Amino acid sequence: MPIEVEIVSPEKRLLSRSVEMVVMPGSEGDLAAMEEHAPMIVLLRGGLVSLYDAGRGLATPSEQFFVAGGFAEITGDRCTILADEATPLRELSRSEGEARLAEAERAYDNADKSDITTLDPYLDRLQSARAHVEAAER
Amino acid sequence: MASLKELRGRITSVKSTRKITSAMKMVAASKLRRAQARAEAARPYAEAMQRMLAALARSVIGRDGAPPLLAGTGKDQVHLLVPVTSDRGLAGGFNSNLGRATRNLARRLEGQGKTVKILPVGRKGADYLAREFGQKVIDRVPGSAGKDVAFGAANELGERIVRMFEAGEFDVCTLLFNRFNNVMSQTPTELQLIPLSLPSNDNERGEDQGATYEFEPDEETILARLLPRNLQIQIYRAMLESAAGEQGARMTAMDSATRNAGKAIDRLTLTYNRTRQANITRELIEIISGADAV
Repeated sequence: MPIEVEIVSPEKRLLSRSVEMVVMPGSEGDLAAMEEHAPMIVLLRGGLVSLYDAGRGLATPSEQFFVAGGFAEITGDRCTILADEATPLRELSRSEGEARLAEAERAYDNADKSDITTLDPYLDRLQSARAHVEAAER
Repeated sequence: MASLKELRGRITSVKSTRKITSAMKMVAASKLRRAQARAEAARPYAEAMQRMLAALARSVIGRDGAPPLLAGTGKDQVHLLVPVTSDRGLAGGFNSNLGRATRNLARRLEGQGKTVKILPVGRKGADYLAREFGQKVIDRVPGSAGKDVAFGAANELGERIVRMFEAGEFDVCTLLFNRFNNVMSQTPTELQLIPLSLPSNDNERGEDQGATYEFEPDEETILARLLPRNLQIQIYRAMLESAAGEQGARMTAMDSATRNAGKAIDRLTLTYNRTRQANITRELIEIISGADAV
C-alpha cells in the first residue's frame, strides 16, 4: 500500500518515489502519512522528513531529509512536501546549522519585542536553525 | 567608388563582426538550454503551490478578515510596477518591448489619476525607465547579469515588496516580464501580485476536485505563510522566464546579425571583384591605346 512522495524546493524536485509511510514535522507535531490519509494541508516546522519502505519494516527510516520549514499537501495517494530548503540528512552540515543558529539568535535579539505578535518569524527561524543543528548531530 | 584597399578593410571588419555575433549566438544557445532546464525544475513547486493556494482560497473567500495580501487594501490608488528586464543588451527588442509595455501601463494608470511607483529589476529596464520617469523609479534591483537566476534574489525582492506593502507604500503591485513562448518570441506580460489574482476555477469545477482539505493549523495561519512565499515564487518564475527569454531573444538577434553580416560580405566581395576587374580592364585599355599610338 504505497504512497507517492514528492519533496520539492523552489529550485528543484529532490525526490519523487513511492514509499510505505512518510513522517514529517508538522508545525503542531510530527505526523505520518500513509495511503488513504484524509486530504490535508499542513504547515511544516524545521525538522526531519523520514521515508519508510515496506521491505524494511517501519522501525528504521530508509531515507531522511532535513527541511527548514514549508508546507505539505497530503491526499489519499500522494504527499507533496514543499520545503523552503531540503537537504538529504547525510549531506547536512553542522557548521552551517550553527552559523544559521547564531544568525537567527542575533536577529531575535535585535528584534522589537514590544509587540509579541510580530515575533513569530524570528522564533520560527530559531526553531528551524536549532532543528538543523540537532539533525546534523545525529 | 571606394578603392580596393578600403574595400578589403571593410570586408575584414565585417568578417570579424560576424565571428563575434556567431560566437554570441552559440553562447546564448547554451545559456538558453540551462535557463530552460532551471525553469523546468522550478515548475513542480510552483504548481503544487498553486493547488494549495486555490484550495485555501476556496475555503477562505467570502469570510471576513481575509489577509490583505489576498484581498488587497480595498483601494487602488498607488500602483507599484515591477518590470523584469536583463542586465545586458544586444538582445533585439527584448528590453525595449518590456520597457514600452511598462511605460504604456504607467501612462494609462496616471491617466486615471493613480500614483505610479516603479521598482525595476535589471539594469536595462532601469536605465530606460529612469530617463522617462525620473523620481518615480524608487530604486533599482540588480538582475542576474546573465548568470543563473538564484532563488535568493527572488526571495529578497519578495520580502521587500511585502514589507513595503505592510508599510502602506502601495495598494496594487503588478509584475511585468517577458513570457517565454519559444526561442523566437517573448511576450511582455502583466501579472498582478497584490491583491492576488487567482487563476479562475471555472474549468476546475467541471472535473471533480474531490478533496476538501483539512488544515493544520488553521487556514489563516497557513495563508499568512503561504501568501508571501507564493509572491516569491511568482517573482522567481518571472525571473526564470525572463532569463530564458533574454537568451532566446539574444540568440535570434545574433542569428540574424550573423546572417546580415554574411550578406554584407557577399555584397562587398562582389563590389571588390568588380572594381578589381574594372581596374584591370582600364589598365589594359591604357596599354593598348598606348601601343596603338606608337
